[in-house]
Order: sequence, then structure tokens, then C-alpha cells
Amino acid sequence: MSVNSPDTTERPGAIDARPVPHPWRWVALAVILILVAMMISSFLTNERWGFSTALQIMNQTPVLEGLWKGTIVGTIGAMAIGVVGGVIIAIMRLSTNPVLRGVSFVYTWFFRGIPRLVLLAMIGSGIGFLYSELNFGVPFGQQLASLMGLSSDFTFFTLDVNQFSSTLLAGIIGLGLSEAAYMAEIARAGIISVDKGQNEAAQALGMSRGQAMRRIVLPQAMRVIVPPTGNETIAMVKDTSLLSAIPVITELFYQTRAIGTRTLQIMPSFVAVTAWYLLVGSVLMVGQYYLERRFGRGFTGKAPKDKRFARPAGMGGA
Amino acid sequence: MTDTTAGELSRTRGDVPLVRALNVSKSFHGNEVLKGIDLDVHRGEVVCLLGPSGSGKTTFLRCINQLESIDGGRIWVDGDLVGYREVKGHLHHLNDKEIATQRRDIGMVFQRFNLFPHKTALENVIEAPLIVRGVARKEAQERGRRLLAQVGLADKPDAYPGQLSGGQQQRVAIARALAMDPKLMLFDEPTSALDPELVGEVLRVMRELADAGMTMIVVTHEMGFARDVADQVVFMDGGVVVEEGKPTEVLGNPQHERTRSFLRRMRSEHDTSLADDAARAAGTDADAPV
Ligand SMILES: Nc1ncnc2c1ncn2[C@@H]1O[C@H](COP(=O)(O)OP(=O)(O)O)[C@@H](O)[C@H]1O
Ligand SMILES: [Mg+2]
Repeated sequence: MSVNSPDTTERPGAIDARPVPHPWRWVALAVILILVAMMISSFLTNERWGFSTALQIMNQTPVLEGLWKGTIVGTIGAMAIGVVGGVIIAIMRLSTNPVLRGVSFVYTWFFRGIPRLVLLAMIGSGIGFLYSELNFGVPFGQQLASLMGLSSDFTFFTLDVNQFSSTLLAGIIGLGLSEAAYMAEIARAGIISVDKGQNEAAQALGMSRGQAMRRIVLPQAMRVIVPPTGNETIAMVKDTSLLSAIPVITELFYQTRAIGTRTLQIMPSFVAVTAWYLLVGSVLMVGQYYLERRFGRGFTGKAPKDKRFARPAGMGGA
Repeated sequence: MTDTTAGELSRTRGDVPLVRALNVSKSFHGNEVLKGIDLDVHRGEVVCLLGPSGSGKTTFLRCINQLESIDGGRIWVDGDLVGYREVKGHLHHLNDKEIATQRRDIGMVFQRFNLFPHKTALENVIEAPLIVRGVARKEAQERGRRLLAQVGLADKPDAYPGQLSGGQQQRVAIARALAMDPKLMLFDEPTSALDPELVGEVLRVMRELADAGMTMIVVTHEMGFARDVADQVVFMDGGVVVEEGKPTEVLGNPQHERTRSFLRRMRSEHDTSLADDAARAAGTDADAPV
């Protein structure tokens, strides 16, 4: 007992203690290793997986084109529209102007309410049926012109909707509009999370509301907005497969499956498409890591690597 | 009280005060927080606003730079009516841009600093000159470094607020407000959120600012600062000005029972830190850079 006694003459030294045992971690590891071994064995022995065929399918030109245009360009485009649109709708939602608040509410209600598949199918066929061409000009310009007996009808620019509505761009806009409704909720949560003293400090310095939002509030809101946006982006990668409803067929899943069906290599084509989606998702996760670090400036306690302190040791305050 | 105010006003007629508040009232959801505040602040003057918690000091400061709107009365800063334009006897609300323009000339220092955490000390200071005044970056940075040096932080331009002590953060906040060249500085309990040993460094910066001739309205519980620096001490309670005058009058020989009991309470609370008080009043501080 003399070791535990507080009046021991020896002063205690460095701590050398045994760690808490975690037997269940070892059990779990063993189970996982067995499962992995079974899978690898299946990969090696069951030829129906068809990995070499899958690799070939992954490298087919139409598949690569579908990956690039439909999946990658589609995701980037739709998310760009979604993020910008979502922030704008969130700001409208938080505005003191009741008209803007109403518009943003109706927008979110509509685009969150309809499935993306239905939305894209509607853009693809429905809109062109309703409005075969879109005229950009003075509202009610045609009616006004006929009233006044003018030859001009106040139209500056005409768009052939039927030609446009089946393009990749139409699909991207459709996905982007839908995404904006979800991003608006994420952006709103981010903006609300910023202490209102930040806005007050900015306004007290003479910044306009817009400047305070852009320069002070939004950059801080990004810390909260970025992680779920990464989630949304990965979800969007997968949702670009819905573009085939437009129908836009330069799209990864459509092309892979077409090859699989045509060559009767169904399973290898699934393996190929899964591999591509996982690869794109992995790249996005790396990108998200860097974005989170960028917008975590001043919060992590560590300075970002590109900033150096003039004199880290000269603490004057204490 | 009414007599005192009228007397004050008649004495100061002639030179226009930098800040004039007349009969300012303000309610939050039917709860009247300011009940007819009159106050004149002349150029170069330091006014200390004292009063128990909840007496409306913060609200009054916020009304001056329009973080709150007033329900009655008028406030003028440098001759301009705050928040409104008077056309043919009718008041018209100013729009956001005009309000922002009025605020540029008024610096505000908050109890909780409210520094921009995603920007370094220097970036905090140059932000408003850059985007509000459109100063060139290089020029703004030079000026920003000078201001940081002025508040004793020449070695911290690249530190983020989270890496600074409370006293250092508040000094950055003062530099940030000064960067807009304000005519008037408002301080809302600038040292109340600080550890006692960090109060002195902030008060010293404020004292230097007062000595340089800045017009300041300071809400504070630091009696030593009020006694030594203020030209005018205003005691508020329950949304009214109870007593105002020279520090020696209000602090040394208060006329109203409410003032007396407030000062008694402040003294007993601060008894334990009398030594600190004395040190601060003398303008020394324990943590001057060595
Ligand atoms: N935004 C607000 N909404 C409702 N009540 C408020 C608001 N701000 C302040 N008050 C009330 O106004 C009174 C005065 O507050 P304040 O000006 O902060 O006093 P002080 O700064 O003197 O402590 C308090 O009773 C407070 O509860
Ligand atoms: Mg207060």
C-alpha cells in the first residue's frame, strides 16, 4: 500500500499506464477479415463478375462521353445553378420584404415537391408541347401590338423550345432548379448560424446589407453550408442518371447499360458503372476536404498553411 | 431633471453639438425602454454613460447608429437628422444606402468585440476602408498597420481573432472602427467581457484616443475611467437621464438617491478589486509589452 499512499517520500514521475483493453475490437476485426476474404475469393473464382470485361466497358468511347458530358458536366452545371440559386432563394427567404419571402416559399414548395424524374420528363416533352416557341420581349407585346395596329410585336429574340428542351443544357437547368430548392434550406441554415453581431458590426462600419451579406455573413455561413453541399453534390452525381428521362442519352448509366444489354454482359456493365460512380465520388470527397479547410479559416485554431505569423512567440497580451 | 436639461441646452446654443438627442423614446413590444432622453455631446468631448443593467444604455447607443430605430424624438449627428429626411415638415425614412452612409462616420465598439473571425487582425481593420470607401489595398494595409501599432498590436497583423486574447481582440476592434475615420466613437461596455487583468490595456487605448481629441460616448462601469477621462457623466436609470454633469459632481457629489445607491453598489462590488482600480485610474497596466 505504500505506493498508493500520499505520504510516500518519492515524487511521482512520468505516467506509464496500461491502456484499457478493447477485446471486441479484435473480434470485429476478425469477422471483417473473414468477410473480406470470402469476397476476394468470390471475385477470383466466380467468373460472372467479369472484371476484365468491366474494365473494357469502362473505357468504351460512348461510356467515357456519357461520363464526361452527362455525369461530370451535368453535375457541375446543376450544382452551380443549385448553389447560386439556393443562396439567392435563402437570402430572399430571410429578407424583410414580404414579396421576396413569398416567392422563395412558393419556389421551394414547388421544386421540393415534385420528383426529379417527373420534372425532367416534363421539361423534355411537356414544355415544348405547351409553348413551342418562347418570345423574349415586352410582356403582352403581341397583344399590345395588335391593339395599336403595329407591325412590330415587341419581340427581341425567339427560342425554339422543341429544339432546346431535349438538350443536355435543358436537363442541367432542370436538375439545377430542383437542387436550388434543397440548397436554399442548407444556405438558410448556414446564414442563420452566423452570430447576428457579425452583421451588426459590418453595418456599423457602413457596409450596405448586400456588402455585409457577401463579405461577412456568407463566408462564415460557408463553414456550415459546405459539408451538406458535398453530400448534395455526390447525390447529384447519381441523379444525373435521370437525364435519360429528358431524353439525354449521353449519360453514364444509359450508355453502360446499353452496351451491357447489346453484348449480353449485364453484370460486367453494372460493375463498370459502379466503379465509375465510386471513382467520381472519391474525387469529390477529396475536393470537399480542401473546401472545408478553406472555409474553416479562423475557426480551427490552426492557421492555414499559406499564412505565417510574424512573431508567434511574442504573446503580448498575457 | 427637466430644468437641468433645459439649462444645458441654453448654455450650449450657438455652437452645434456633434450629437444632439432630444426626447428620444423607444419601446420593444410595448415595453418602453427609453423615455425621453436628452443629450448633447460636443466635439472632442467624452461622455460616460452609467446606470444599472437594463436602464437602456445599450439601446440608446444602438439608436445613435441606427442598429435600432427610435419611436419618438430626434437624434442629430453633426447636424444631420439620424435615420430620416425632413421635407416640408414631413419625415421620410432614409433608404438602406443612405443609412449606411450615415453610419460610416460613427465607429462602434461592442461588448463582445464582434470581430470577423474568418479574417486576420489586419484584414478586419482594412475591410471597411477597402469595400466601403474604396481605398486602394496597399494604402489601406499601410494605414491598417499603423492603426494596429497605435493600439499596441504591431506584431499581430496576421493573427486570427481566435488566436488573440480578449483584450487584444477589443483593441483590434477599436482599430477597425478607427479605420473609417469616424467623427464619433461609441463604446458599449468595451471592457465588461474581459478578464480583469486585460481591462487596463483597452482603457489605455481609449484614454489615448480621448487625449487625441476623439468625441466619444462610453457606456462603462469603470468608475476610474469615468472620473479621469469623462468631460460629462450621465447617469441613466429606467430609461431616463437621472443626473448629468461633470464627473466630480455626479460621482463626487450625487444629488439623487438613485445615483447614490448605484454608486454605493458599484463601490462595494469593486471593493475587492480596488487595487486594480487604482492601477487602471493611474493609466498603468500590468501587461504593458515589455
Ligand atoms: N431587441 C430587444 N427586444 C426586446 N427587448 C429588448 C431588446 N433590447 C433590449 N431590450 C430590453 O430593453 C431594456 C434595456 O436594455 P439595454 O439597453 O440593453 O440596457 P443596458 O445596456 O442599460 O443594460 C432591457 O429591459 C432589455 O430587456
Ligand atoms: Mg448594455
